[in-house]
Amino acid sequence: MALVAAILLVLVLLGFYLSWRATRLDRLHHRVETARAALDAALLRRAAAVLGLAAADGLDPAVARSLAAAANSARRAGEGDRELAESELSRTLRGALDGAEPPDTLVPHLDEVAVAARGVHLARVFHNDAVADTRRARRSRLIRLLRLAGTAGLPEYFEMDDRPPRR
Amino acid sequence: MTATRRPGRTAPEASVEGGGGRRVGIVCPYAWDVPGGVQQHVGDLAETLIRMGHEVSVLAPVGDPGHLLPDYLVPAGRPVPVPYNGSVARLSFGPRTAARVRRWIAEGGFDVLHIHEPAAPSVSLLACWAADGPLVATFHTSNPRSRAMSATSTALRSVLEKINARVAVSESARRTLVEHVGGDAVLIPNGVSVRRFERAEPLPGWPGQGGSIGFLGRLDEPRKGLATLLAAFTRLAPHRPGLRLLVAGPGEPDLSGVPESLRERVVLLGRIDDADKARAYHSADVFCAPNLGGESFGIVLTEAMAAGAAIVASDIPAFAAVLAGGGAGDLFRVGDPDHLAERAGALLDAPGRRAELSEAARKAVRAYDWETVAADIAHVYETVLMGDGRDGERPGGVRVDSGSRAAALLRRGERP
Repeated sequence: MALVAAILLVLVLLGFYLSWRATRLDRLHHRVETARAALDAALLRRAAAVLGLAAADGLDPAVARSLAAAANSARRAGEGDRELAESELSRTLRGALDGAEPPDTLVPHLDEVAVAARGVHLARVFHNDAVADTRRARRSRLIRLLRLAGTAGLPEYFEMDDRPPRR
Repeated sequence: MTATRRPGRTAPEASVEGGGGRRVGIVCPYAWDVPGGVQQHVGDLAETLIRMGHEVSVLAPVGDPGHLLPDYLVPAGRPVPVPYNGSVARLSFGPRTAARVRRWIAEGGFDVLHIHEPAAPSVSLLACWAADGPLVATFHTSNPRSRAMSATSTALRSVLEKINARVAVSESARRTLVEHVGGDAVLIPNGVSVRRFERAEPLPGWPGQGGSIGFLGRLDEPRKGLATLLAAFTRLAPHRPGLRLLVAGPGEPDLSGVPESLRERVVLLGRIDDADKARAYHSADVFCAPNLGGESFGIVLTEAMAAGAAIVASDIPAFAAVLAGGGAGDLFRVGDPDHLAERAGALLDAPGRRAELSEAARKAVRAYDWETVAADIAHVYETVLMGDGRDGERPGGVRVDSGSRAAALLRRGERP
């Protein structure tokens, strides 16, 4: 009788422990998902800000064209070449704005681009941090053995050049 | 999880500054009635966020019940002195404090919870345990051998992995975090409250007629570089009969290198309060920051800049960066008293140049003003909130953690 009770107790405790581990992992997957949504939104905001700048008066037409082209290809890039296209947009921005002396009319647009570029950096660090935590958790033997991750795919890092232009 | 792009998602229309008032809960692990860097940071952040239109509630331990508390502060219980991180910290822990933390979270209705030093075994750690939802954490400790952080890092991981956004106040704080816990953090420096230092009356009798040089910092800590400044003063003073040195800060200075005849011109103020500190920055013709290194962020330097002081500082990377490579203050070779004497002497002789530097310093310090820093932190909140409560499965905002959910076992991988 005592043996049965002890086994039952162990099973109940094990159940609680497994449920706790599964909850942690579920939460991590949720964190990656919200972070990815925030990163997508931040990238879209930056592309929109660059297009706004490119359309504004006071920018050299050739520079404006290259900015608009880079922003558009970043917006349209498919999953595979998104990182490259977004990095290219960062480089184009730096090439256009580093050390430039823009007229006052552009200042609101430049402010919006600066804030949006900062937002991309923030969102990317938070996303990759969540991915790192999730991947580490999924390396655990218990989680692999019991397939606690279920069918959820292994999250991928988002690697890009997000250095902002100098102001 | 790799392909969670949602085509219908658009960029937020609200700008960061106008993101609408948020309800922010801030947790400070150290006793509010004891002065300290983290408490100062939390107070300045809370006040700036409130001015920006957010609703803020700060939870912190309070030891002295008679201590005057700001409106936004909620006491979390009496702290007990605990040896932590190489010094004695006053922390709150235990079931009663835990219950208060849970109640504060349950009743607060916060959009986002901002926890300072989440690894500190105090209300911060309790809040991490108790909360579920958008969590932001700021790491202040820069200690390469933080026993508290490394010994418990495995246990801490289950707590820290709940945090959506990690912020470090300096590069060395970021390194400490990465080495002990892994992951990454964004860098948002400490702010300086420019309004507090902008205007102040000089201390009585200063700056005086014959020129003066100011210094502020611990006097017995070699890294603060007072020895370099004293050596430079010893070179300058014989040729400038009116020149005086204003030295403010706690500790016993080593004046053995200064000739007997010059010592009366080295004025020691000892430890001074905040109001006198602001006045001290306005009391010298030239303000000197001779630090030898180890400063992750020159808080004294930014305060002096906020006061519009004409600054001469050592050329360590942190200072060169804050002073815009020399544009907002003169730089001298670190630890070189001859070079310092030359630079300080030239500045004392050129009131025009001092006015220029003062103007440039006031302009350059705006990047470190709490208004700027708090806007960046609000940007972190908005980034975290951008994905919150959108999947319909969990409500938005911060709530009390319901603990493990057996349902999670059944839900594995259901989401895309």
